[in-house]
Amino acid sequence: MTTYGRGLRGLSLATAATITAALALTFFYAPLDANQGFIQKIFYIHVPLAITALCGFVFGGVLGAIYLRTGDRKWDIRSYVAIHMALIFGIGTLFTGTIWAKASWGHWWVWSDPTLTSFLIVMLLFATYQPLRFSIEDPERQSRYAAVFAVVAGAFVPLNFIAVRAAQQYVHPRVLTLTGGNLPGSMRLTFLVSLVGIALLYVTLWKYEMAAKATRMQVRALRRMLLGEDSVAPLRRSAAPS
Amino acid sequence: MDQLPAIELRGLYRHFGERTVLRDVSLQVPAGSTLAVLGRNGAGKSTLLRILATLLRPHAGEVLVLGEALPRRGFAVRGRLGFLAHDPLLYRDLSGRENLGYHARLFGVGFERVEELLDAVGMRERADEPVRLLSRGMVQRVAVCRAVLHRPSLLLLDEPLANLDPAATDLVAPLIGRDCGATRVLTSHDPQAALAEADLVLGLEDGRAAFVTSPDKVDPAAVKRLYV
Amino acid sequence: MKTALTVLRKDLLLELRGFETLPAMVLFAIVTFVIFHFGLNQDTIDGQLAAGVLTVTLLFAALLGINRLFVAEREQGGFDAFLLAPVDRSALLVAKASALFVFLVVLEVIAVPAFGLLLLGPSLGPPLLGLIAVLLLGDVALAVIGTLVSAIAVQTRARDLIGPIIGLPLLLPALIGMARGLGPLLAMHGSTSPPGRWVAILALYDVVFALLSYAVFDFLLED
Repeated sequence: MTTYGRGLRGLSLATAATITAALALTFFYAPLDANQGFIQKIFYIHVPLAITALCGFVFGGVLGAIYLRTGDRKWDIRSYVAIHMALIFGIGTLFTGTIWAKASWGHWWVWSDPTLTSFLIVMLLFATYQPLRFSIEDPERQSRYAAVFAVVAGAFVPLNFIAVRAAQQYVHPRVLTLTGGNLPGSMRLTFLVSLVGIALLYVTLWKYEMAAKATRMQVRALRRMLLGEDSVAPLRRSAAPS
Repeated sequence: MDQLPAIELRGLYRHFGERTVLRDVSLQVPAGSTLAVLGRNGAGKSTLLRILATLLRPHAGEVLVLGEALPRRGFAVRGRLGFLAHDPLLYRDLSGRENLGYHARLFGVGFERVEELLDAVGMRERADEPVRLLSRGMVQRVAVCRAVLHRPSLLLLDEPLANLDPAATDLVAPLIGRDCGATRVLTSHDPQAALAEADLVLGLEDGRAAFVTSPDKVDPAAVKRLYV
Repeated sequence: MKTALTVLRKDLLLELRGFETLPAMVLFAIVTFVIFHFGLNQDTIDGQLAAGVLTVTLLFAALLGINRLFVAEREQGGFDAFLLAPVDRSALLVAKASALFVFLVVLEVIAVPAFGLLLLGPSLGPPLLGLIAVLLLGDVALAVIGTLVSAIAVQTRARDLIGPIIGLPLLLPALIGMARGLGPLLAMHGSTSPPGRWVAILALYDVVFALLSYAVFDFLLED
């Protein structure tokens, strides 16, 4: 079993450093928005969270596809952790987004915005991932069905954005256009540092959780080997692969 | 006559989560013979049969059925296997004839075979009634027809004579009994009845092969231990 | 192909015998129209509102069919029966999706005229071909996703619940396409051909998810 702990300390330090840098840049370097004022700065955490969450979902789908191909349980665990990390980051996105929306548009939620709607739909879909896993008791079947879900849902993410964008005119500030961004220099730097920081945070947390799960499995296996089958209580029905 | 063994198992494992259901099972079943699998509920008999039927995948070890390696070559061997278990695998709202017709189409078998089998088990008159109106014994008879519809070379029978009265048992004997011509693997709750029909006996205890011998060399105490 | 037809034939035969699912779907749709009449408190509706009402009603009636799609297989050993046969397993997806598609078409043949009678202001005549095109494309989406989701749900404990909560978000782009495609057709003095953009989105959705479902379906069946 690969050791997820390798390089974890370095990664954690890098993450902490980058996020600190991002915060510093946000508060002291990035310019104050003329229209929205200080609250606009929440953009520097909101958009990276959104991008990371969406990439995390697609990443989870890719890992699920690898599991289906190889049948090796470790890919299923990786897929699970990727998706539920992305869910957490997604909730963060919705939370920061709502605050920003209220502050700058005056409403907690705006339907006329395709980005918000698409994101909500994706979150509603992935919110069913854990209930799905939880309701299948056979562990191998649980992994397989979860992987199928991850693949279909992962493919759904880009499709969904296309469809909803076509449906509505947009109110959401367009940050990243096809030309690579229309942010002025200082904002761009802050944004990029923030994006890297959040992405590193995702990877670090992913590795931590993988390490924790792998260790637990190894401990259980060792106990079973040394003390006999019965010394280890069977895991209760759970959404997480063991 | 040198023939491939019908079944070869080498170190077969199957898990359910953290529990090991079949552990390191190895044996060889010569073509045309009968293997009896003994053991109490939960010992792994049904799991073993389902693996041989290609319904479950082996998790470790080698499984060769009729010369083909499972699970990779499962599709090559499915048409030559007959499976009969607790569930008759018949749709309750369709008649016996319609059910068998469905299976005939799936297996590429002609309808004359359906009629031939219905006749053989004495179900001709009631073949057009929905299965839910038939008695359990009659359902089992139709299920036997389903299992042998495509003239399989290997029969996997999980408690085949359950629910059958002696008359019905006689009717199905030529199809799934000792002289039907196919290799058979059968399980039974009654060790004596199984031993009487077997050329080879496998005793399963908690997923492990406690013994693999011919019926005359079986130790009665070992058999008793299986069911304790 | 032959296998898919065999399974389809069996499913249609079973429905004819049992005759539970299709009548329930139709009745449900019609009652929903009545509910909408009272809920919206309008004699007639048209345009995008009408399109939305029709789409949502068809969707929820479809959910009834979707929930029942694999139940016979699960409870009467049909999965094993199919898995034992020397056939291509993806045929089950094709067969079930086709069965669901047939149910949806029959549902619409009854429910859409009923809608025209009970709720819709403008006449159904002029935009009929456009309507049929959009509805058929929407039916393909409902059939494909419905089958996929139903196959997943039937093996879980919370069978009837898991299907809809996974299926509805997945279907949203198609439902948006359907409702937006129908809107102009159902408007007073509306157009007779559906907006091209929505037909394109629906078609794209159908193709992508049909291919995706076909690719993953095998994994749902094996053990």
